[in-house]
Amino acid sequence: MVTETVTLEGHIIDSLILPKVLDTILQMGGAFDLSKIHVGATRKESSHAEIRVHAETTHLLEEILQAIQAHGAVVAGAVDCALEPAPKDGVLPDSFYATSHLPTQVRVNGQWLDVEAIEMDLAIRVVRDPLHARTVPMAEVKAGDMIVTGRQGVRVFPLERPKERDVFAFMEAHVSSERPHRHVIADVAHRMRMIRDNRQKALNEGEAACDPELGTKVLIVGGPAIVHAGGREALSWLIDSGFIHVLFCGNALPAHDMEASIFGTSLGYGLCAGHAVPHGHEHHLRTINRVRAAGGIKQAVESGLIKDGIMASCIRKNIDMVLAGSIRDDGPLPDVITDTLQAQAAMRAALPGVGLAIMVATTLHAIATGNCLPAKVPTVCVDINPAVPTKLSDRGSFQAVGLVMDSSSFLRELAQELSWHG
Amino acid sequence: MGKQMGRLLVCPPDYFGIEYEINPWMRVSNAADSEKSKAQWHELARVLEEDVGAKLERMTPVKGLPDLVFTANAGVVHDGKAVISRFRHPERQGEEEHFERWFREHGYHVILLEKDCYFEGAGDLLGFPDIWFGGYRQRSDIKAYTVLSQIYGKEILPLELVSGQFYHLDTCFCPLSGGELLYYPAAFDTYAQATIVHHVEAARRIVVPQAEAERFACNAVCVGTHVVLSAGCPETMAMLKDRGYIPHAVELDQFLKSGGSAKCLTLALD
Repeated sequence: MVTETVTLEGHIIDSLILPKVLDTILQMGGAFDLSKIHVGATRKESSHAEIRVHAETTHLLEEILQAIQAHGAVVAGAVDCALEPAPKDGVLPDSFYATSHLPTQVRVNGQWLDVEAIEMDLAIRVVRDPLHARTVPMAEVKAGDMIVTGRQGVRVFPLERPKERDVFAFMEAHVSSERPHRHVIADVAHRMRMIRDNRQKALNEGEAACDPELGTKVLIVGGPAIVHAGGREALSWLIDSGFIHVLFCGNALPAHDMEASIFGTSLGYGLCAGHAVPHGHEHHLRTINRVRAAGGIKQAVESGLIKDGIMASCIRKNIDMVLAGSIRDDGPLPDVITDTLQAQAAMRAALPGVGLAIMVATTLHAIATGNCLPAKVPTVCVDINPAVPTKLSDRGSFQAVGLVMDSSSFLRELAQELSWHG
Repeated sequence: MGKQMGRLLVCPPDYFGIEYEINPWMRVSNAADSEKSKAQWHELARVLEEDVGAKLERMTPVKGLPDLVFTANAGVVHDGKAVISRFRHPERQGEEEHFERWFREHGYHVILLEKDCYFEGAGDLLGFPDIWFGGYRQRSDIKAYTVLSQIYGKEILPLELVSGQFYHLDTCFCPLSGGELLYYPAAFDTYAQATIVHHVEAARRIVVPQAEAERFACNAVCVGTHVVLSAGCPETMAMLKDRGYIPHAVELDQFLKSGGSAKCLTLALD
């Protein structure tokens, strides 16, 4: 339930404007409290009413407010947001408004605008012709851009719970290895199925036919432990079966995945034999070198150098991959984006349409992704170390459901829930 | 307002024409005949001056402002105070400075509303001596009436206009000097209809039939017992006669093409 207070002034009693406004609120499905009313003592004196308007959704509230504004209702205390030009490229005005990842609106020329691409810790840039507001990272701001400053004329909406009554509806981080996890995995699997169906609908019948709230993409954010621990086959199957559409990772996940394809090892350990093989520690370097020689992951898969595994599935299924580099990377693989700002931008570009984020066995990439995700995107963070989901939650991604378990077990159980027989 | 409108502001139709479309009556393809419109306007002026005994103040027409003839939309005048209109459509906003200058030059205390507060003058604000009514939703903003009520110290009841055809209050609502009201109920929403019924007793309400409302019968000029209105409204004329008024019919079909008639072509001055 969302609420906004409006005032109504003038000869609103004799003209039946007050009853008309109240009737309009009810007829449109809202509710109201007449919180204050002052009736003019003489016919010349005008009357004044303060009305608290309630509605189930922000959208309905906006519609009601728009309808009653034509009859003179004014949103109480509503002022436009303050705008200041950015002093130079890459520098925000000193008192810039820092975003949260919750749905946010700013008021410009008396009109509330949804802030597009909401994400935490950014600024809001207002652009005219056509008038819109969108988040902007500090580094991307240009001198003279109009940036929202201070807090007035900005409103942040609490998160509406997802329609489905699943584990994401509670939006609490259940971080404990002592808790049963089966129902969480079942809910994740159920949501993946719904998103895959929704995506299919969008592809077959057009974007308008699908449910935009549900999303059309599942994002997986993964670390190399997926390969070390034995989750490679299950993840490949999930990709091949059309359940995964976007992958965020670093250099290591693809390097060890392709190492497994070429050498049957991961970080030098034989994946089947389970012991270190001679000179096995060099395998990932030789793998990276061969992929560099091939020109990239796509070329390595298409030339037959890489025959199976996560990367092979990603290339075959045309998965949107963003490989973000870090300072300790070997090689790196040619596909790795080594400029962090470019990597952030590439991650943001891949997010529209994501309806579920699954973070598995990675701290760095999970938190980086959490920073870019709107709070409304259901998120599950799986790690054997309880510190990782806790950290993700503490860094602001409170919507993430935490699951403390081994990455391989998680992916295998998830795939089995989706009828994998591996 | 509500008093005898003895002195009226008018503007000769030298540059009148249908040059844009801002109401359902206007069609650029349905051009007004320049000679006919001039002849009709001069006949209206003659009736007002000679038959009714009104005093006309003539504004200087301005090329490029075809609707300047509709002086009812100049603003509203009462107690020496002139509140200048703020037109909703950019096509008419150019008229504001000419009306403002005329009022300043003629010694009125000129009051300007805030820029985003649309108000189209006596086209939307009409009344009886003790109570005024303001049309809103089509052209004027309801919030204008809170401000105007303070300026003039009058009770102003806003009435919602729901038909694009009757886009100004003076196209469907005409208070007469004897306290009667000539009006067309279907132009108002149910709340406004109830407000009118509550404030004007049944014996004083004269409901105009649809066919004559569409000839702009309500867009009439009342000076004392004289009522000047568009030709082609016999039922309205008969009802006026029954109540002791002297109706004068003037052919104004060229102005109807623009969505205006007798009342739109005049503004009551103090």
